[in-house]
Amino acid sequence: MSEPVLKVDNLTIDIPMAQGTLHAVRGIDFELKRGETLCIVGESGSGKSLTSLAIMGLLSKKMRCNAARLDFSGIDLRKQSPRAMRALRGDRMAMIFQEPMTSLNPAYTIGDQLMEALQLHRPVGRAEARARAIELLGKVGITAAESRLSQYPHQLSGGLRQRVMIAMALMCEPELIIADEPTTALDVTIQAQILRLLADLQREMNMAMILVTHDLGVVARIADKVVVMYAGEVVEKGSAREIFENPRHPYTRGLLRCIPVPGKTKPGEHLGSIPGIVPSLIGKVEGCAFRSRCDVAEAACASDVPVRRTGEDHMYRCIHEVQAGAPS
Amino acid sequence: MARTIETVAEDLRTPSPAAILRKRIFGHYGLVFGIAVLAIIVALALFAPLLTPHDPYAQDLMARMKPPFWMAGSDPNHLLGTDYLGRDYLARLLYGARISLAIGLFAALISGLIGTAMGVAAGYFGGRVDLVVTFLINVRLAMPVVLVALAVVAILGGSLQVVVCVLGLLLWDRFAVVMRSSVLQVRDLEYVNAARAIGCSTRRIILREIMPNVVNNLIVVATLEMAHAILLEAALSFLGLGVQPPTPSWGLMISEGKQMMLFEPWLIAIPGVALFVLVLAINLLGDGLRDVTAPENRG
Repeated sequence: MSEPVLKVDNLTIDIPMAQGTLHAVRGIDFELKRGETLCIVGESGSGKSLTSLAIMGLLSKKMRCNAARLDFSGIDLRKQSPRAMRALRGDRMAMIFQEPMTSLNPAYTIGDQLMEALQLHRPVGRAEARARAIELLGKVGITAAESRLSQYPHQLSGGLRQRVMIAMALMCEPELIIADEPTTALDVTIQAQILRLLADLQREMNMAMILVTHDLGVVARIADKVVVMYAGEVVEKGSAREIFENPRHPYTRGLLRCIPVPGKTKPGEHLGSIPGIVPSLIGKVEGCAFRSRCDVAEAACASDVPVRRTGEDHMYRCIHEVQAGAPS
Repeated sequence: MARTIETVAEDLRTPSPAAILRKRIFGHYGLVFGIAVLAIIVALALFAPLLTPHDPYAQDLMARMKPPFWMAGSDPNHLLGTDYLGRDYLARLLYGARISLAIGLFAALISGLIGTAMGVAAGYFGGRVDLVVTFLINVRLAMPVVLVALAVVAILGGSLQVVVCVLGLLLWDRFAVVMRSSVLQVRDLEYVNAARAIGCSTRRIILREIMPNVVNNLIVVATLEMAHAILLEAALSFLGLGVQPPTPSWGLMISEGKQMMLFEPWLIAIPGVALFVLVLAINLLGDGLRDVTAPENRG
């Protein structure tokens, strides 16, 4: 297939803190082609949001970000000037944020904000930008798009605002779209609509999409590839099918046990849970970060953990070669 | 999407933002009163030459200390009487309003520019910039305004320009404090991040994304500082170190009238009341603007 849109190799993010350096992201790598959806899964503080911000070049200056490779469509993002990054952001790579309630500026109308996204990057007039805004509002399923343009964000519901955010991200037809938990702030029925919308638009516009989430149900529905992160590290990575049918890492299995399966999970039955909390990442982290919560941990887990591969794309980081037993 | 059709119909019926704002302004009596009084004073100051035939500088020693119209022995030619040099008091009051308004406006403008720039820089960039600005604010707060103003005016000599500059350079602290905290609140909201994500520059983010959301606080502080500057000018002039005679300034009029306070109390009562009404109107305006633009009142 075609060249990957995004290639990330050994990405690390360190945050200097008063108590020492926090190794928030440690050696992430993945690649993504056009038309593919990559889901980054993990619990709070596992570094998934930081990873997406690092790709956009939006980390705060205090954080130190290093990578062996961070290529976007053949452009080395590590070497771009702030000005060049600004030109890329919003034009060729776009981002959708978690909080639709605060993601729109209350001082401007929807139309102003949508048109700004296009006019920042393209030499188009107001009429043309307006036409594009109406077209995209229609695409994201907002009726009466013309009258919406003159409304202010507080006049829209959360679901509508998130649709507007999606429209804004798509104004310039980006090659890569990063959605950072786009549905967590919405209620469940709207979540499903927004996800379906994202998946449809992604297919239609042939974009590469990174979806950051902690909801495996979401992942199962739209992912092509899955990266499971734990404590700043990729613990397992592979095609969505492999991850769901053949999970290797104990953490992935634990996560999968936490979701109820229709038909399989009986009423009143306990769902799985993973005891314990994520370890502190301040100072040097050695061995498997998950060992304190793992049911199959051994003494050897405290030393270097080998990266194991099964099949072409599926990799995981565990001392156990093959885990016995399928996930329940 | 069937779901959105009803909500569209509902939303379209709500009044436009301009209509809501208009309703809120006219529903606030303090604000309406403040605007009305301030408008009258501004009009009086602007059209002073049309409203009185007298020159505020022209002395007429034959007609000194004429009482105002409500007292016995008043001269219908001089509605508010004359001062100890026979100058028409109404003319001096009207032309004096120009001085007070100009000082209030320009002092607030200068201090607003300085304070806003410092506050926004501190709030947005944080870190060392914030440390420096906070230090400067503390230094400024440690200086008593009146004493410093007195000292500077005493050295440079009192004139309208000097007083405006001194007040402008001394009254920026509240702007800086308020802007810093307002920007801090807005800086980390997601729409600022979202603006960055669509490729906005820092300048654009500050001017287009942040400023419109904190400008209401700025306006409120500006009105309060305007009133503050007007009072300080009156105080400086009263002490003899502000605007110098024969310029008609309300503070100066009070100062000149104080020798005759026991026998002709109206000499200080008239400019005193004028000062009180002007400052009250500006404060009501500022308070009203705060109420009208406060987020909790947004529909």
